Amino acid sequence: MSMEEGETTGVVKRFLFVNRKAPYGTIYALEALEVVLITAAFDQDVSLAFLDDGVYQLLKTADPTGIGMKNFAPTYRALDDYDITKLFVERESLEERGLPEDNFVVPVTVISRAEMADMMAAQDVVLSF
Amino acid sequence: MLHTVNKSPLQSRTLEQCLAHVRPGGAVLLIEDAVYAATARTAAGAQIEKSVAQFPVYVLEPDLKARGIASKDVVKGVTAVDYAGFVKLVTEHDAVQAWL
Amino acid sequence: MKIGILVNEGPYQHQAADSAYQFAVAALKAGHQVQRIFFYHDGVHNASSLTEPPRDDRQIVQRWSQLAEEHKVDLVVCIAAALRRGIREQNLAPGFRISGLGQLVESGIQADRLVVFGD
Repeated sequence: MSMEEGETTGVVKRFLFVNRKAPYGTIYALEALEVVLITAAFDQDVSLAFLDDGVYQLLKTADPTGIGMKNFAPTYRALDDYDITKLFVERESLEERGLPEDNFVVPVTVISRAEMADMMAAQDVVLSF
Repeated sequence: MLHTVNKSPLQSRTLEQCLAHVRPGGAVLLIEDAVYAATARTAAGAQIEKSVAQFPVYVLEPDLKARGIASKDVVKGVTAVDYAGFVKLVTEHDAVQAWL
Repeated sequence: MKIGILVNEGPYQHQAADSAYQFAVAALKAGHQVQRIFFYHDGVHNASSLTEPPRDDRQIVQRWSQLAEEHKVDLVVCIAAALRRGIREQNLAPGFRISGLGQLVESGIQADRLVVFGD
């Protein structure tokens, strides 16, 4: 381990991953998830926010076999193994899309837009893709 | 929190969503195609006009100039900054959130 | 101040790489340290030595290499994203290195600010 890497030891920052893009149409959602999984190894205080079209990433009913792509939504279930449990979904985004609050591949906390804004304001590092 | 937006408000709802998530102490910086939002007499411009009463809104001048928008057409209350100003804003806020 | 930068888009297609570059130059000019620039998604194409834009256009890849040489800026290309898109050691422009996503997380931890440029 280099000295630089050593410097991260003991530092815990609040990391927020903002997911605002739909899955499959572009690769952003999948590659964002790959970063989240890596972050788990760094013992940081990680939260995930799903708003706007990002809420579509978590649909339990997704089946991309017909478009020749891998269904990556089940990978979200692995997050729990890494103690990443703060998955926030914005209620207004769901309502705008006519989505129920219980059709997700993992347990999530549904919060209001105002609560989402408060949560975002409390972060140290915000990653969006 | 410094929020950056880079999409035209006529093309995507990103700006609208960003503005709805700014908290006290927060500010918005319009860059790239989002600079069109700072133009007066547009639907988005009216939204920005309301926002500047609540929190600071900045626009990146090089992006504005590149797109042929004159300073006189920028919504009143919006502050134009250059890249040095962008850097300064980043250092003045405790974190940055890019609304992509 | 230590500033980390994330670039999510390739050169020429989207302004993100240009904005990130202009921002990095301004940050260095103001006396800040650009702790690392991490290239992810199509952003990995910023590191392709095979890029050959018209002469009268800006040389985006070369510009990054110069920044690395003159200011010792650490340019890191995500290995997973790079392999997906055909960026390898063989066609890596000077000043770039290929490494894992952990380098991005580390940048978030070590830098005082992380600024993201994308689409």
